[in-house]
Amino acid sequence: MPHRLRHLLGIEPLSAAQIADLLEQAKPFQEIQRHPLKKLATLRGKSVALAFFEPSTRTRISFATAATRLGADTMQLQAEASSLQKGESLLDTVWTLDAMKPDCIVMRHRSSGAPHFVAQHLEIPVINAGDGMHEHPTQALLDALTIRDRKGTLEGLRVAIIGDILHSRVARSNIHLLAKFGCRFTLVGPAMWVPRELEDLAPHVRRVARIEEALEGTDVVLVLRVQLERLHEPALPLDEYIHLYQLTPERLHRAKPDVIVLHPGPMNRGVEIDPVVADGPHSCILEQVTNGVAVRMNLLYVLIGGPPLGMEETHAAD
Amino acid sequence: MRVVEKEQVMGATEMDRTIQRLGHEIVEKSGGAGNLVLIGIRRRGVPLAQRLAKAIRAIDGSVVPVGTLDITLYRDDLSLVAPQPVVHSTEIPFSVDDRDVVLVDDVLYTGRTVRAAMNGLFDLGRPKRVRLCVLIDRGHRELPIEATFVGRYVQTSDTEIIEVRLEEVDREERVMLVERVP
Amino acid sequence: MLLIKGGRLVDPASGTDARLDVLIEGERIAQVAPAVSAPGAEVFDASGLCVAPGFIDLHCHLREPGDELSETIESGTQAAARGGFTAVCCMPNTRPVNDNASVTRFILDRAARAPVRVWPIGAASQGSQGEALAEIAAMRRAGIVAVSDDGRPIATARLLRQVMDYCRSLGLAVVDHCEDSSLAAGAVMREGTHSVRLGLRGMPAATESIAVARDLQLCELTGCRLHIAHLSTRASLELVRQAKQRGLPVTCEVTPHHLTLTDADVGYNTHFKMNPPLGSEEDRQALLEGLADGTVDAVATDHAPHAPALKAVEFDRAPFGVIGFETALALVLDQCVHTGRIALLRAVELFTTGPARLLGHTRRVAPGEVADLTLFSTDFSWTFRAEESASRSRNSPFDGRSFRGAPMATIVAGRIVWRRQRQSAAAG
Repeated sequence: MPHRLRHLLGIEPLSAAQIADLLEQAKPFQEIQRHPLKKLATLRGKSVALAFFEPSTRTRISFATAATRLGADTMQLQAEASSLQKGESLLDTVWTLDAMKPDCIVMRHRSSGAPHFVAQHLEIPVINAGDGMHEHPTQALLDALTIRDRKGTLEGLRVAIIGDILHSRVARSNIHLLAKFGCRFTLVGPAMWVPRELEDLAPHVRRVARIEEALEGTDVVLVLRVQLERLHEPALPLDEYIHLYQLTPERLHRAKPDVIVLHPGPMNRGVEIDPVVADGPHSCILEQVTNGVAVRMNLLYVLIGGPPLGMEETHAAD
Repeated sequence: MRVVEKEQVMGATEMDRTIQRLGHEIVEKSGGAGNLVLIGIRRRGVPLAQRLAKAIRAIDGSVVPVGTLDITLYRDDLSLVAPQPVVHSTEIPFSVDDRDVVLVDDVLYTGRTVRAAMNGLFDLGRPKRVRLCVLIDRGHRELPIEATFVGRYVQTSDTEIIEVRLEEVDREERVMLVERVP
Repeated sequence: MLLIKGGRLVDPASGTDARLDVLIEGERIAQVAPAVSAPGAEVFDASGLCVAPGFIDLHCHLREPGDELSETIESGTQAAARGGFTAVCCMPNTRPVNDNASVTRFILDRAARAPVRVWPIGAASQGSQGEALAEIAAMRRAGIVAVSDDGRPIATARLLRQVMDYCRSLGLAVVDHCEDSSLAAGAVMREGTHSVRLGLRGMPAATESIAVARDLQLCELTGCRLHIAHLSTRASLELVRQAKQRGLPVTCEVTPHHLTLTDADVGYNTHFKMNPPLGSEEDRQALLEGLADGTVDAVATDHAPHAPALKAVEFDRAPFGVIGFETALALVLDQCVHTGRIALLRAVELFTTGPARLLGHTRRVAPGEVADLTLFSTDFSWTFRAEESASRSRNSPFDGRSFRGAPMATIVAGRIVWRRQRQSAAAG
């Protein structure tokens, strides 16, 4: 591992080598998911604070599982029950959590940049579990692991991303990650949510008007979940979306025969994705979830498995 | 901190003879190789386990399954070690339930590695029996752990290290006694 | 008597740029000549310094009454003095809003003890809510110098038209913060490559120019003097340029930060969050061009203090605004004069006669004129540190930035209200 990762705030600043390492080292943790006994004592005595300021069941459970399978304890902050409702600032909430001495904070927040802001004020590592529309780094890592396992490589793949890309942190993180391996992207979705500036995110990003065009010859399809109501914007009628952008078996047929389909979840069956596709052989949706735990276990191991920063001594391995 | 070579404990020929002898011992003391499995502790325990399996096959024709165990996540000293050790895969493509397991490692020293290996092994299932086979036992145990099959006992001091070098990993074949010098 | 000796007089009203002494008696300028001798006068050695008419800031926020945590009239004017400003126009978005004479009088009362002049701008609508007209005539009698709902745009075309008709009859200019609210809703920076990369909601440049177009049409309809606050886009500038060519009574101001920074400079640092947001490089260049060709009438700081606790939040939630009194001159010298884009005389005009014209004042260094002067150096090297600001707030994007050129002393009504401690003016 080149230099020790301190926080995981985003994919954009990581190098391809760092990402390759994180994926490679997630493999033992994938393997552990297959053991009869999945609980280790590796992080025994450590605690992971889960500060989810935006409601999330899946990601939170995934991180909690990753932590407890490694033997760590968790401290969980639930957005609804939080004192943020009572007007406490983000900083005060985080400092209060920090005073209970967790070894790291996993944070999801509706404001882009919130984890960066928090990381400036804390000594412990901060893991971004999704910040506003900005990034969702662990999602991109587990997607990459899934892709690599199925395709054997991440290099030079043709990737189609379908949906509301402007507001998607999953799309951004995936573009940043896969671009570092020379992938080429075709974006499609409602025009007001697929602006030109997305093409500036990475080389080889282009937008097309029709889903059929986007799927032509692709290796990987990333379907984004639809959130039709958007603050400050007029809503898009559901039927419009389904008619234009739903991933159906017929449309998927235009992709390569061994195309794989990913979805960050939770799925709206029958909206952005036809159930036949969701349950079909191309779909990797459940593998993504399993890989999510592995990726997050590795991340916790890397970030808090060793001595706290500043207290390192080099010991020869026994 | 430097490392200085002091003497060669075993050469290639001797190592091979020892492994053959260990193979015989294992077969003898297992009542045949029928239920046996060999699990090599990463890193150098793995090629040793493979060589033992080969030896056993030559002895009585049995094909003994070989697995690989990575003990990184089971270590008791992770919060002291930096840089962080990289975790490798454990590959045991068979069930260990009810099996006669022989753990294989190159050097037995404090016993902590074997303790971690047993933790890892028991996460996978419930073996019938677990025994330990090592090429070198250098003493200085810190835990109540002993090996059933030992290639050679070597007296060492605290500042000395036994380095087992294997063709598969180190591209040479010998066992060296080295000393840590400030 | 105060003799400003050996300085380089830069006086846009007369086009003077020459070595001249200035003698002040009481509150007025008594003499302006090459070598004045005045026995018994206090002498201020201005060798190596420029001497200009007192700077006026057309646009700032002093937060008092209501938000004294962030700034008071006393602390804000102290910061203004350090920026070389002799007069500041404070916007009405206080709490309560300055929409009636008693708030105006409160502000003026507080300002009586301030080191620099405070000229309040009154609200256009009650509470700046955009519905009913504020008590503009009463506020005029109390002392406002212009009308604005700044903080917000004047809400509707219908309201703006009424305000303009009314203000025209009162001889007041209307200052508008030009923004289309529906495009700006929820946005925290300029829409573009950077907002997309950062995942922050952006507003397109059209947010401002749509409102500018509306305002210009109503200016034409009513004949009322219109002043566009903190103009920030190429498109808006072009509209103003054309309107001026058609002879409309419109003026505009630009902030130093819009001349210096762009949306590429925004990360998640809330000290780079303001409204209008930092624009593109193309906008920045257009603004610099507008300064040079005369389309822009004034530089105004839009000094908008927010206490550290208010800005120490996630980017989305941070209030808009940056402080700017103390860095304004240095930034203009940096971006425009040192680069050779505009002459020093023109730069001084942007701080003096430009603003004065809008307010119906004169700013001139000549005998008989009021002795408001700004003394500055074009090459004094210094570093701005936000923690040393006289403001109660620290929200500056220029913390730690080094400059060549700075205000050195501020004189209001013949009194030196501020002078820089370390006077190491370079020779010549």
